[in-house]
Amino acid sequence: MSGVADATTTTRPSWMTASGIRTLVREHPMVPLVGLLALLVALSEVIRPGIVSPNWAGVLLRGAVPLAILAACQTITMLTAGIDLSVGAVASMSGFLVATLVGDTGLVLAIVIALAVSALVGLVNGIGAGVFKVHPLIMTLGMSLVVLGLANVWQVMRVQTGSGVPTEFRQLGANLFFGFIPVNLLLFVPLALLVIFTLNRTGFGRLLYAIGDNPVASRLSGAKSWQVLAVLYLISGVLAGIAGFLFSGLTNTASVTLADSALLPSVAAAVIGGTSIFGGRGTYSGTIIGALILTVISSILSSLGYPEAVRQILFGSMIVFVAAAYTRITTD
Amino acid sequence: MTRGTTQHLLDASGVSKRYGAVVALKSASLRVLPGEVHALMGANGAGKSTLVKILTGAVRPDEGVIEVRGTQRRSHSPAEARRAGLVSVYQEPALIPDLDIDSNLRLTGTPINPFRDWVNQLGLDALDLTRMAREVPLASLRIIDLARALAIEPDVLMLDEMTAALPANLSERVLDVINGMRGGDRSIVFISHRMIEIASVCDRATVLREGETVGVVDMDDVDAEDRIVELMLGEIAEELSDNGVRKGAPERGSDGGPRIEVRGLAASERLRDVSFELYPGEVLGVIALEGQGQDELFDILSGSIRPVDGQVLVDGKKVSFRHPADAIQEGIVFVPADRAEALLMQRPVRDNIALPFSVRLRRWGPIRRSTEKPKVDKAIDRLQIEMRAQGEVRFLSGGNQQKVTIARWLAGGVQTMLCFDPTRGIDIRTKHQIYPLLRELAAAGAAILLYTSELSEIELACDRAIVIFGGEVVAEIDAADADEGTLLRAAHNLKSDALLPEEIVASAHSGGSASEDPGEVDG
Repeated sequence: MSGVADATTTTRPSWMTASGIRTLVREHPMVPLVGLLALLVALSEVIRPGIVSPNWAGVLLRGAVPLAILAACQTITMLTAGIDLSVGAVASMSGFLVATLVGDTGLVLAIVIALAVSALVGLVNGIGAGVFKVHPLIMTLGMSLVVLGLANVWQVMRVQTGSGVPTEFRQLGANLFFGFIPVNLLLFVPLALLVIFTLNRTGFGRLLYAIGDNPVASRLSGAKSWQVLAVLYLISGVLAGIAGFLFSGLTNTASVTLADSALLPSVAAAVIGGTSIFGGRGTYSGTIIGALILTVISSILSSLGYPEAVRQILFGSMIVFVAAAYTRITTD
Repeated sequence: MTRGTTQHLLDASGVSKRYGAVVALKSASLRVLPGEVHALMGANGAGKSTLVKILTGAVRPDEGVIEVRGTQRRSHSPAEARRAGLVSVYQEPALIPDLDIDSNLRLTGTPINPFRDWVNQLGLDALDLTRMAREVPLASLRIIDLARALAIEPDVLMLDEMTAALPANLSERVLDVINGMRGGDRSIVFISHRMIEIASVCDRATVLREGETVGVVDMDDVDAEDRIVELMLGEIAEELSDNGVRKGAPERGSDGGPRIEVRGLAASERLRDVSFELYPGEVLGVIALEGQGQDELFDILSGSIRPVDGQVLVDGKKVSFRHPADAIQEGIVFVPADRAEALLMQRPVRDNIALPFSVRLRRWGPIRRSTEKPKVDKAIDRLQIEMRAQGEVRFLSGGNQQKVTIARWLAGGVQTMLCFDPTRGIDIRTKHQIYPLLRELAAAGAAILLYTSELSEIELACDRAIVIFGGEVVAEIDAADADEGTLLRAAHNLKSDALLPEEIVASAHSGGSASEDPGEVDG
């Protein structure tokens, strides 16, 4: 592979290694991902000796959780060869709604309203993609603008009456137990297990993979893809709404563009975690590792004092590189 | 060892290729002399397609030496292989649908005049180069693909199941052209499941079995065909002869009514007016030349498209399907010809078989393994699907893939099954598993509609057969009288004394020129 001079005489071993790596990555995709994560953690320690500590890990994990939830939206929609670009707008909107409503309605009702609106946006996405066959990329991009616009209208209508991010969200999103276990894991762990269970052990999960792998075969087997997509995007909307609560709690801000900057990293996390944009291939556990990898890289860059631009360049290159690598491994 | 460098035009030896745990080729060799038409034969999964893809640079081998005219070639891309003189025409036409034929030719740098000559020789004189590739019928596209390959004058031309989807008149022309190239300084590697074609145009045959070259047969030998079958089948040859297909009398349902009744069905321009009845307990054959409306008939019955006119009755009740799910609801399941349309290629065998269990809304919840697994296992067992590699379906051989498409419906129990050419491009062994299976299903009370492009299957698997020509049912034939000649004449809507395509081919080979072409290209 890498310019070995006597490549011709050592063809067989080099082939065996390359093929061995391929088989490993194809059959146990988590091994190289966890390896990469460990490598990055080690790199952090080398760059700033002594930095790796329980508290450091807790802070990173706390930041990775809302990203991982948004990336769940991308994973489940990408399995059907779709994508959900409205998650940034929906998450911001849902956090903002709760912050502006909580003073009048109380926390529980504010949460219910925010999740209902998120679900409605998702359902519209799903009906557009499933019934009217608008490409999910266009459908969700359009809806993200609609949501942003509506959130702005809401902002103007409702001159802030002193209410802000509820304390409960700040505790859930920003606190650490014993200084190193993020409280948001209380929400995230059951949620992640539910997503993984749904993908692997339910009929709905099976249909997601099936529709992404071969829509024609799924149809001939009797699957009605519009039903699946409507429910899928609805779930994606609800997940984005939940992520919005954590984002607003983590940053203690309520803004209609709060989670926008997390949109592309959420796609990146899914792609790095091995989910194929062409559908039918991917796991949520891979995506979670992908989100952790991105968070560790961000931390390394900020500890080195590099500006935001460097992070963007690095993330962008990584997505392209990883997507190319996966294509080589999974085709042939 | 004769390694005469000038002797062989193409000399490939020790070629191997693995896909993960699956060995596609172990140690394949292929030696082709200048001017010969060389058959490459083997059951499905024997490695024919892989070997051709390696020779044409589409797939990289793990090991092996490939020499063309005595010089070693390393083909890492189809373009390099083409420069080395190795060109292949694959089963699927390789034209860009949204470009016209002319642009497609320019794109691949095909010389136009030789292309024209070849197209004419192949019987497509009326070809309009400004037509979009997507508007050209499949059979014509394959002829265009072949003409394009011939026009660039490759040293070795590889034809993978070239005649499989061609109507009889076109496949004669193709065979004529191939025959005409014998004795020149170029060679053809010919892959086909049709023994009669192999016997008529090939000089020698290399036989692959389980990824290995197991023998080379001279087609002039008296017992060449028997030897090929022997080599292809290996030790299972005897098993097959015992496995004769036994037919019982059709047991019609207790009330005697048909499962499906079709009345005056019409759709698009090809399906005009088809009526017939399908009874429980029978296998009803459908015979038709390419494009006589049989595709539309099956699509309507399976709920994929809606008819323009006519009625479908299931158990005496009028039905109108809006989605395949509606047909499945009525117990009508469909096995399409194209495995790429039926399978989830990146999913494991079990998920492919279990898919229909999960499609209905109330089955979206947790998968009940305890009830699902025994059914899936039973279907896998019954069809003897190769489960050695637990991996993705795309790594299975064509025959095993086809079994998966059938097993999917067996797992849930079959009431009515529509099979559209289920044995196209499949090895003999798998075929001989599929016919008895269809008979068993019928004996257990299922109704089966079987379209097949291989006429010999009618006698083996069916109780009776209907013949569709020009979008209408023109004949009904009892399987007992369904010898290939009768069927072929009926399919052409010919009188019983008309000359058959194979006889025309035969007369062409015995020196007579096939100047009189009985048909013309449709479309």
